[in-house]
Amino acid sequence: MTAPRRNRSRARLAVAVRRNATAWLFVGPATLIIVGLSIFPAAWSLLISQQRWNGITAPKHIGFRNYSALMADPEMYDAVRHTMVFTGIFVPVSILVGILLAVALNRRIKFLAFYRTCIFVPFVMSAAATGILANFVFDPRAGIINSALRMVGIPPQGFLEDPQQAMFVLCVVALWGALGFTVVVYLAALQDIPAELYEAAQIDGASRWQAFRSVTVPQLLPVTVFTSVWQTITALQLFDVVFTTTRGGPVGVTRTIVYFVYHQAFELADYGYGSAAALVLFLVTMLITIGMIVYARLKRIEAF
Amino acid sequence: MLSTPVIENAVPSPETAVRRRRWRLPFSPWHLLLMPVALVFVFPLVQMILTSFMSSAEINTYPPRYLPSSPQITGYIGLFTQAPALRWLGNSAIVAGTAVLSHLVLCSAAGYGFARLRFRGRQVGFLTIIATIMIPTQLLMIPTYVMFSRLGLVDTLAAAIVPWLSSAFGIFLMRQFFLSLPSELEDAGRIDGCSTFGVFWRVVLPLAKPALATLTIFTLLGSWNDLLWPLVAISDERWYTIQLGLANFQGPRRTDWSMLMSGNVVATLPLIIGFVLVQRQFIATMTMSGLK
Repeated sequence: MTAPRRNRSRARLAVAVRRNATAWLFVGPATLIIVGLSIFPAAWSLLISQQRWNGITAPKHIGFRNYSALMADPEMYDAVRHTMVFTGIFVPVSILVGILLAVALNRRIKFLAFYRTCIFVPFVMSAAATGILANFVFDPRAGIINSALRMVGIPPQGFLEDPQQAMFVLCVVALWGALGFTVVVYLAALQDIPAELYEAAQIDGASRWQAFRSVTVPQLLPVTVFTSVWQTITALQLFDVVFTTTRGGPVGVTRTIVYFVYHQAFELADYGYGSAAALVLFLVTMLITIGMIVYARLKRIEAF
Repeated sequence: MLSTPVIENAVPSPETAVRRRRWRLPFSPWHLLLMPVALVFVFPLVQMILTSFMSSAEINTYPPRYLPSSPQITGYIGLFTQAPALRWLGNSAIVAGTAVLSHLVLCSAAGYGFARLRFRGRQVGFLTIIATIMIPTQLLMIPTYVMFSRLGLVDTLAAAIVPWLSSAFGIFLMRQFFLSLPSELEDAGRIDGCSTFGVFWRVVLPLAKPALATLTIFTLLGSWNDLLWPLVAISDERWYTIQLGLANFQGPRRTDWSMLMSGNVVATLPLIIGFVLVQRQFIATMTMSGLK
């Protein structure tokens, strides 16, 4: 009486083990790599951030002293300020111009494919190559932009070599490379707006501007939350363009947070300090992101 | 692909028709916006290509030239003879090729597993992977560098390859896609006697082509264009990727614009050609990739 039941449950167990094993064959390799390259190092960076360590001699545990040093480091505050200036320009401009260009591209006019290609191609270019190209066209002496400015009577500018202008030129360069992304996202969102909404607006006698304001803009709100979060994260992580253009200069005005982390860890070989800075960057990024998402949620509740 | 509500062509209401007739451009006014913008976007690229065919002397003439007076390829020759650019391109191709292949295999398998298979630890595993999306790479680069140097991976091509073997984003993308597939086909496959792997390989993957294309594009763009991680992990010139080679090229040989612009063209060309070839799919892909 008990023997067959035990056999049956053993068979069932074997099936379950087999099923689990098969499933883990599917998800195991990828999961292992991600845990090994994300969770494990992230936990380790917590440890490193409490050490004084140059990577060669033995690490020394110093508790939270890296963090307190960081809080008193004017260079860190400069890096935060530079990153905020960049983000403050990059995010709103990429969204507003993205919407404008998407609206312009979302109609049947001639050369549409040409326009679209022109606007998207810079997006596939690497930030490193974009930076090198920017050095060339914005070169104060031999650059084409200055020669064009001279033709219209504007004196040559220092651009990336001028501490007053470098950050704004970087914004222009980064926007040139990144606008294709917001344009694509908004183009997709525009195409998802049901035509009936516009027909209804027309029947109500709305002008095209009114239709834009009362149909297009609200329909684009969810996408705008997405692009804001995405572009903010992108902006906070600005590095490649800085590295290939100014390397943080002139006089440190373009040193961003990621550049600061890179500089501390890999140029000054202070892993503990660099890790502490990276953790602060992570916390700030997360707070800003969560804040934006919560704000959007609240807004939508208010709207309905 | 632009089969959309195009408000422009809607029937104008009587007032607007009258208002429009007074002064009407012979073309859509949107051209006045798009034409200059398109030129601004494409001009630097054209200038990059034109400059790559100029001699160093011509680039340094004042005022700057727009067109090469006698096109030459000295910049390209210098790139491949004075610097191991061919090797760098090869390294990049290996890194990007491995990244794409490995993403296609590992992420689609894991995405399928998390979407369709029932097993112990599924919930925990998936949540862990999603949580890693929030961890910025900048936080990981210091411990990963230390880890790789202990494993003896620093200054090898493996250092550039390993972080690109799999990604949480890729798994998430594939899982979302598999969730959207109707499961009846899989059931049919199973009734016909396919194993789990057989169903995945013969039934599910052929249906997943659009998602796999998306994954390919994002992985290719990301791995080919990566600079920060190779910069950290590789200092031996032999193992440079093309992006790293270019970035470091600038320091000592900064003034050789001819070589630099040629390098820029060479580093960008594979992606631009790819983009032009698959433009429609690329844009469709960008828009469908779960970003909405």
